[in-house]
Amino acid sequence: MQKRLANWGNYPAVASEENAFTQEDQLRHYVVSNDHMIARGNGRCYGDASLGKNSISMLKYDKMLSFDTEKGIMDVQAGVTLDQILDIIVPKGWFLPVTPGTKYITVGGAVASDVHGKNHHVDGAFSGHIIDMDVLIASGETICCNATTHEDLFWATCGGMGLTGIITRVKFDLKKIETAYIRQTQLKAKNLEEVIRLFDEYKHYTYSMAWIDCLQKGDSFGRSILIVGEHATPEELNDTQKKAPLTLPAKRKLSVPFNLPSFVLNTFTVKAFNWLYYGKNYKKVMHKVIPYEPFFYPLDAILHWNRGYGKAGFIQYQFVVSLDKKDGLIAILQRISDKGWGSFLAVLKVFGEQDSLISFPMEGYTLALDFPIRKGLFEFLDELDEIVLQHGGRLYLSKDARMKQEIFWNSYPNARKFADIVKQYNGNARFESLQSERLLLTK
Amino acid sequence: MPTVLLLGAGSDMAVAIARKFASEKYDIQLAGRHTAALVPQQQDLQLRYGIQATSHAFDATDYNSHAGFFAGLPVQPDITICVFGYLGTQEKAQENWQEAAAIINTNYTGAVSVLNVVAESYAAKQQGTIVGISSVAGERGRQSNYIYGSAKAGFTAYLSGLRNRLFRSGVHVMSVQPGFVDTRMTQHLTLPPLLTAQPEAVATAVFKGVARKKNVLYVKWHWKYIMLIIKLIPEGIFKKLSL
Repeated sequence: MQKRLANWGNYPAVASEENAFTQEDQLRHYVVSNDHMIARGNGRCYGDASLGKNSISMLKYDKMLSFDTEKGIMDVQAGVTLDQILDIIVPKGWFLPVTPGTKYITVGGAVASDVHGKNHHVDGAFSGHIIDMDVLIASGETICCNATTHEDLFWATCGGMGLTGIITRVKFDLKKIETAYIRQTQLKAKNLEEVIRLFDEYKHYTYSMAWIDCLQKGDSFGRSILIVGEHATPEELNDTQKKAPLTLPAKRKLSVPFNLPSFVLNTFTVKAFNWLYYGKNYKKVMHKVIPYEPFFYPLDAILHWNRGYGKAGFIQYQFVVSLDKKDGLIAILQRISDKGWGSFLAVLKVFGEQDSLISFPMEGYTLALDFPIRKGLFEFLDELDEIVLQHGGRLYLSKDARMKQEIFWNSYPNARKFADIVKQYNGNARFESLQSERLLLTK
Repeated sequence: MPTVLLLGAGSDMAVAIARKFASEKYDIQLAGRHTAALVPQQQDLQLRYGIQATSHAFDATDYNSHAGFFAGLPVQPDITICVFGYLGTQEKAQENWQEAAAIINTNYTGAVSVLNVVAESYAAKQQGTIVGISSVAGERGRQSNYIYGSAKAGFTAYLSGLRNRLFRSGVHVMSVQPGFVDTRMTQHLTLPPLLTAQPEAVATAVFKGVARKKNVLYVKWHWKYIMLIIKLIPEGIFKKLSL
């Protein structure tokens, strides 16, 4: 069926022929007889990575195949979403090895973006926890691969944005937990210098990220709240929580029912929001034990929060620069603060080392911010791209909707090698997205 | 635990119905042509809902096998839901008897054949529930899909007669008229969103309909009135319309 599709940023929105399937032979038949096609999961990447002329919806390919409750191994079809997995594994004492800031993504999407979480500096990205997976390539053949068999296909598929083929099945390791709660510590940092120091001081914590106020200037430039956490032990729970340590209390969800007019999010509201958030954290250091949901997925509590940016949509800009290039981070934050184009949310995190072919994470500082689409924004982001590039950094393809091709080719050191492997499995560039066309990855 | 048998278990609608009943702690029997293709669904139901699920080979158009198929089930199901159907292509079916026969044999003959077997068993036991997924297309023949529609019309009439007969035996028969449903069967069509149900909505409606012993179930209430209006159009006018 012809549909108008857009991913989470609501930009771009394009007409696409959507095809769903429930059996692998239906998919195989479709793949060998079509082109200009790209797999799409729950549409939670932000830009155009899963948009194309023909869209293969994975959402109905959603069967859980096995769950080893002894060893903590999950084997699922790629259309299963993380929230469905959490519902099954948490009551049995297991957790996702790596999770991004939303649980409404498919496992296939998690691999294609090689997602990272608050524990990247300790546990790496999602790809590091895959036991094996099946990829259906352009010829119609399904190849089972992992880090030691068909490793070229494996590494080009992790973070490869669906260009090697359709990820159909993924088997991965889980993390053992004793409770569904997190022991969280929040620390106020009065500026960027302090938060960077705190990141280092608290690096032994499994989970860490900072919420950063990008509109502050002078002494308060980069004021932040660092949030670190560990899975709580049963002893750390209160009496109510102790009764059912692996079950979360039920909670109602809020929703943004329609697109808000874009003026709702102007500098003033952003400043007010930032002030409230920082003000709420009235003590320098705060400890509490909270359910895993608000810790990992604070924004999932508001369904369709992306509609808060209005119909024109927004760009989430996420980059990483290496640890020794802190001045790059400062330069970019400076530009954003000067411009005042606001960002409802900015997240700062320190990545650990990662060996990969085309995945986004590398050791360094990563910052993610939202920009509502407006006139002049793309030119401004092009300027930021140049600074990222000068500091040996790169942009996250899952969030990208507008990067110029030369930025991609110059910032990802293995771009050429990746493109060669893609060519090998994706004959005649049959798998193709708006992003891969824009970045000349499938030409 | 009560058990539900799904005839034609591989379709999007059947997947949703199976999940709904499994989430209410029913054991599930999946029946379809290719049991290997049903295995992931079987594992999924067991894993997600902690119930027992089994897969069974069943071919709607292999009429002679139906008695053996039903007798061979490990447990006699409390509820039998006939989900399978074949939409086919109207133009092709007009010219090509094979296509027309496939539409009629799947939607009508096959359904009658297997439900006859189930009905006899339920009548003898004086208990059980039979659900047939028919179609609003069966309520009045239209040029765009009258071969499929006439087969479904036959199925609807069959279910109504069966309901009448089995009422005194305490067996409940429910006919379901889903209207447009967003499934693989209809994904090449452009459907009006207001009149189109998601498979999950059909599943919930079927579950509630069984619990409330409904006779005829329209998933989206609009359809009852749309079809009422369509049925009221005088034939002299109706034949001139392009529907």
